[in-house]
Amino acid sequence: MIPEIGHFALILALALAIVQGILPLVGAHRGDATLMSVARPAIAGQLLFVALAYACLTWAFLHDDFSVLYVASHSQLALPFMYKATAVWGGHEGSVLLWILLIAAWTGAVARFSRRLPQPFVARVIGVLGLLSTGFLLYTLLTSNPFDRLSPAPADGGDLNPLLQDPGFVMHPPLLYVGYVGFSVAFAFAVAAMLSGNLDRKWARWTRPWTTAAWMFLTIGIALGSWWSYNELGWGGWWFWDPVENASFMPWLVGTALIHSLAVTEKRGLFKSWTLLLAITAFSLSLLGTFLVRSGVLISVHAFVSDPTRGYAILAFLAIVILGALTLYALRAPDLDSDAGFRPTSRETFLLLNNVLLVVAAALVFIGTLAPLVFEMANIGKISIGPPWFNVAFIIPMLPLVYLVGVGMHTAWRHHATSLLPKSLRWPAAIALVLGILIPGLVYGRFGVLVCVGTVAAFWVMGSALVDPIRSWRRAAGTPGLRPGVLGMSVAHFGVGLFVLGVTLVSAFTVETDRSMREGQALDVAGHTFELRELRDVQGPNYSAIEGAIEIRDNGKFIGEVLPQKRQYLVQKNWMTEAGINVHWNKDLFVALGDQLGNDAWSVRIQYKPMIRFIWLGALVMAIGGLIALSDRRYRGGPTQEEDS
Amino acid sequence: MSFRAFIPVLAFAALVVLLSLGLREDPSRLPSPFIGKPAPRLDLPTLADPSKRITNADFAGKTVLVNVWATWCVSCRDEHRFLLELAKSKTIPIYGINWRDTSAEAKNWLQQLGNPYTEIGEDQDGRAGIDWGVYGAPESFLIGSNGKVLHKQIGPLDQQNWERDFVPLIESQEPGT
Repeated sequence: MIPEIGHFALILALALAIVQGILPLVGAHRGDATLMSVARPAIAGQLLFVALAYACLTWAFLHDDFSVLYVASHSQLALPFMYKATAVWGGHEGSVLLWILLIAAWTGAVARFSRRLPQPFVARVIGVLGLLSTGFLLYTLLTSNPFDRLSPAPADGGDLNPLLQDPGFVMHPPLLYVGYVGFSVAFAFAVAAMLSGNLDRKWARWTRPWTTAAWMFLTIGIALGSWWSYNELGWGGWWFWDPVENASFMPWLVGTALIHSLAVTEKRGLFKSWTLLLAITAFSLSLLGTFLVRSGVLISVHAFVSDPTRGYAILAFLAIVILGALTLYALRAPDLDSDAGFRPTSRETFLLLNNVLLVVAAALVFIGTLAPLVFEMANIGKISIGPPWFNVAFIIPMLPLVYLVGVGMHTAWRHHATSLLPKSLRWPAAIALVLGILIPGLVYGRFGVLVCVGTVAAFWVMGSALVDPIRSWRRAAGTPGLRPGVLGMSVAHFGVGLFVLGVTLVSAFTVETDRSMREGQALDVAGHTFELRELRDVQGPNYSAIEGAIEIRDNGKFIGEVLPQKRQYLVQKNWMTEAGINVHWNKDLFVALGDQLGNDAWSVRIQYKPMIRFIWLGALVMAIGGLIALSDRRYRGGPTQEEDS
Repeated sequence: MSFRAFIPVLAFAALVVLLSLGLREDPSRLPSPFIGKPAPRLDLPTLADPSKRITNADFAGKTVLVNVWATWCVSCRDEHRFLLELAKSKTIPIYGINWRDTSAEAKNWLQQLGNPYTEIGEDQDGRAGIDWGVYGAPESFLIGSNGKVLHKQIGPLDQQNWERDFVPLIESQEPGT
């Protein structure tokens, strides 16, 4: 009965989404206030019914209702409670439902927090988002209904994919989706502005907080995904350039470009058509990412052949939404660009370079992700280009970007900088050179040009980002401090520095070794002694495992014990490696069990990963920077006093 | 209205066409330019013992399969199962080129998944890959007893393409037939 209520709630939500997608847009076009006022109640109703449907599916999981096909194939009786609640987004149908819930929630937030914006504009935004909701609801009801029944109901389910049974997975997809879907708001603002034809700077200011919020969630979502794969895949890598990761990374790169380009459009009225295009592209890449991941077109042809309708349905939806938006752009954009130029070393120039480099990076990731598809299309075959290509291609635009960030932050709008290295930056530059060159040699005992280029860049960005906060902290009493926007920028850029430092040191100084070990045996790796004290059998709720107890000593001093496991999940019968990780602020000691080699010996993979925590810490600090920027009062929709500051 | 403004729409429309073609199943295959030419030069240190080398001479006069693989390649993992079966059946010796990879990763992979290869050459910097015209991993070459390339497969081997493309060629190589 409950699943039918969920199904029915989805149908009602679809009806409301159609109303929400049509009437406000018609109203805004005709200037009819009554029709426009339908927008808010319609989204409130749609959100309510979608949330009800989502609650019904969660109920079915918690009550082990295996008569629901989706529950039967993604859960089982012994699955721990936490994973039952989160298994809702463990498969295709549930992920789409989560997507629908989130787009309704974002639209609800827009309706709630945009009361001071002009009614026609808000009506158009909510209308455009209503059309997107309509598309997704139609898709789920016609091709991937999560409430489909299974008769006869099996006694037990097929279990959630063991890869997904990890605490990182509990939060990773929802945050990622919040970010993905959040770009739909920037998209809807851009389309609404183009529909109204009124593309002044206000549009950019209204869009900025929403874009920053979406970007913030996406940043944390991607970082959690990386952390999850580090913990769960058992190889000790933190980024694999696989199509699923790339699908989330491309919108992030373009979204980052959008944040910066919006700043220029708001402050100076420049780059208007470019900003619109980025807003459309960021969301298009989110949709495209969903298509690539969900259709299976990249990962395996066979996975897809089983159900081609889904792929074609998403592709058709994608084509309608994006081609529609881009056509509108083609018709409206050419009138926009003002001739007001800018000086070669003003902040505008640096932000333009930022945009170019980020978009080039996104394009390279895009090419690398789609190349296998193109090869296949040309009947060449199914291949992967792989990390060797990405690692080289990606660093080419990113390295100059990191160096430019340091200077760009301190250039002024409009003004021509007299020197490329202003006085305030001489100290950070000197400190960065000294630390960046000395640390690899003194701490890790090896110099190298590439390493130093990385560490100097990291310290340079961090130092440069600290200049404004330090100046503000030492200011005379009574003078105004940093605006949250500027502070947020400094914090986010500091996070970039932490991230670059982590990536550089991990890639350069990781020690990795595969050995065979027996009980009682000890090994020395990277200055640490690893002793396998005991191997034992362990029973989990839905798996059985072999666990190694490995004691780690640093110069004879005990610093910790790790318990890596090799698990066999009982229902799906596959083996999973659960790494044992001993965490310190400046290093991870990573131990994973391989296979039994005979004679009671086991292959053990031991890794020393310096500064790997800085990768995720850097991403977290970037997101915190976004949060600080969001708290800026200018975004509260108040009067427009600082149009030109 | 300028043409420039329409570039994004046109580019995206092209992408949609590409993706919709990508959804079609089982594309037919074209012959490769490598077929019928002598096998490219091979001279690599072996994975098991870097002081030894693997060269074309190792498989002179034999019909062999040369398989290009890497641990970072997702479809190689799929293909590996098939290679293990093939090795078990003793139909043909399999020589591996471990392409743009590290020895530690490669050894770990073989330890975990099993080793179907008669011998593996290590091509860390991808030089041999260039000589052999490798687009990506996995790729496989069927080399005849006369040292010429009989067939090139881009993408993972499986039972289906093995029986369709390789088996008839191998049988035609059998001495006396």
